[in-house]
Amino acid sequence: MGAQVDIKTEWKLGDKIATREAYGQALLELGGINSNVVVLDADLSGSTQTKLFAKAFPDRFFNMGIAENNMMGVSAGLALAGKIPFASSFAMFAAGRAWEFVRNSIAHNHANVKVCATHAGLTVGEDGASHQVIEDLALMRSIPTMVVIVPADAQEAYSAIYEIANYHGPCYVRLGRAKVPVCFDKDYKFQIGKANIIHEGSDITVISCGMMTPRAIEASKILAQEGIKVELINSASIKPLDSKTIVKSASKTGCVLTLEEHNIEGGLGDAVASAILEQASQHIKFKRLGVQDIFGQSGDAYELLDHYGLSVQDIVREVKSLTGK
Amino acid sequence: MLASNYNKLEIFKKAQLIRENALKMIHAAKSGHPGGSLSIADILAVLYFAPHLRYNPIEPKSSDRDILVVSKGHSSPAVYSALGLAGFFPIEQTMSFRKLGSPYQGHIDSSRVPGVEVSTGSLGHGLSNALGFALAARLDKSDRRVFAILSDGELQEGSSWEAVMACSHFGASNVTAIIDRNRIQLDGWTEKTMALHPVAEKFHAFNWEVIEIDGHDIDQINSALIRAQELSKGSKPVCILAQTVKGKGVSFMEDQVGWHGVAPKDEDLAKALEELKV
Repeated sequence: MGAQVDIKTEWKLGDKIATREAYGQALLELGGINSNVVVLDADLSGSTQTKLFAKAFPDRFFNMGIAENNMMGVSAGLALAGKIPFASSFAMFAAGRAWEFVRNSIAHNHANVKVCATHAGLTVGEDGASHQVIEDLALMRSIPTMVVIVPADAQEAYSAIYEIANYHGPCYVRLGRAKVPVCFDKDYKFQIGKANIIHEGSDITVISCGMMTPRAIEASKILAQEGIKVELINSASIKPLDSKTIVKSASKTGCVLTLEEHNIEGGLGDAVASAILEQASQHIKFKRLGVQDIFGQSGDAYELLDHYGLSVQDIVREVKSLTGK
Repeated sequence: MLASNYNKLEIFKKAQLIRENALKMIHAAKSGHPGGSLSIADILAVLYFAPHLRYNPIEPKSSDRDILVVSKGHSSPAVYSALGLAGFFPIEQTMSFRKLGSPYQGHIDSSRVPGVEVSTGSLGHGLSNALGFALAARLDKSDRRVFAILSDGELQEGSSWEAVMACSHFGASNVTAIIDRNRIQLDGWTEKTMALHPVAEKFHAFNWEVIEIDGHDIDQINSALIRAQELSKGSKPVCILAQTVKGKGVSFMEDQVGWHGVAPKDEDLAKALEELKV
């Protein structure tokens, strides 16, 4: 057992907390609970928030420098020796630069490594396109056995980190830089392979993950005032996907809109589309909202989401268009 | 206990048996990598049969074992042959090499074959994996040692040097990297394809201990491994730069680029087995 650490996760609904902050907090706690937890970072511990763990457990923290491939390879070795490594960097480098190491050193070796990647998507913001990975879900989904999770808020991120620590196998968790409102209360528990219905509705199923879930909640409120009943599903578990919940809802409403801060190719929308096409027995109206196969640019995180067609108004418009209401 | 059973002739016989079996496997599979299997046969024989590795074929995952990561996963025929001779499984089984359903995959696979610690094949991974084992051993206050056999060609991968840098940064003296310097890669001589020379100086510059040996001289391999064990008490990782000959032991395969990844035909095998008789 490690040292005792403060547990301070009393987030209130609406508090603005980045998912990476919840990650740093959960890691710190896990470090005290399980001495097999080790953390690796690639010169970004101040940004990824692994610095909290590093300070509390310096012997179990390895700064690998700006060398993500080696970091993943070392993580695999640590895992094969019985440790539970959490390997962090920006998502662009963890999923992009180091993909082949995640695939061959980690996944193919069934190594129990948790790749926790921060600063994903457009909402890295001002750093611009070189850092705005919008391909990571496609890259990680395609690796056999890889679990892929996109938490919507701090509470879900916090819960997901505990969940994957208790799961044996490779996982990828996509975390964000920007602060997002807390949507889930402290009793919320994330489960691998489970989506959660935020509220039921009969006109359309809206399925979102990550940064888009708070926006979907906002859009649903506007639509409710206009009499459009949205069934809102938060699907943090991209893989395995909760196709049972999703297909059941799609079959009920007959209409699905997916929302993600990711390229339109290869992310949540494609995963949902495949599940529905294979499993739904009726025709479902379907639309994906995401980044329209273009690179991003510098700007404020939320302005970027708006600019690339992921605003609350865009969601409202697409729902109206799909439902014909 | 290490190297206490050292018997040069016996080890040489084991090396020749590794070579024989590896070539039989590749012949049966009609594909595989003879050249790089033959070049590490003597190194594997000394590691497993001097022995310098602590291992237990009855309990392959025993906690008091040492770790051998074979980063050049294409030398699988030599690795499987050594493990078979060491008693991890009946060596006859290896004749299913590369066939559908066989545990003996083209590149070594830890989930299918006892004694294989890490699945490799994609070059430039193994030293990173070895460092992970080494850091875990340090946390566990274990005296476990971690060996990695690397090809010379894979030193062209940038990730190899990330790992070389990290091993010395962490003072991982429990890591011993053995470089199979056979000077040939798939497309030809390493020095023509992408020059590696000077390898020893590069490792020195990265703050490693370097021991240069003839990788086919049983005595030199044994002495280097004894020295590496002494150095493991220090603060630097150890590189054994083993000068080797691709295809070593079979006259018509030696130093021949063409035998990197081609299976011997019936007559080639017969001739090779004749040459390998002890």
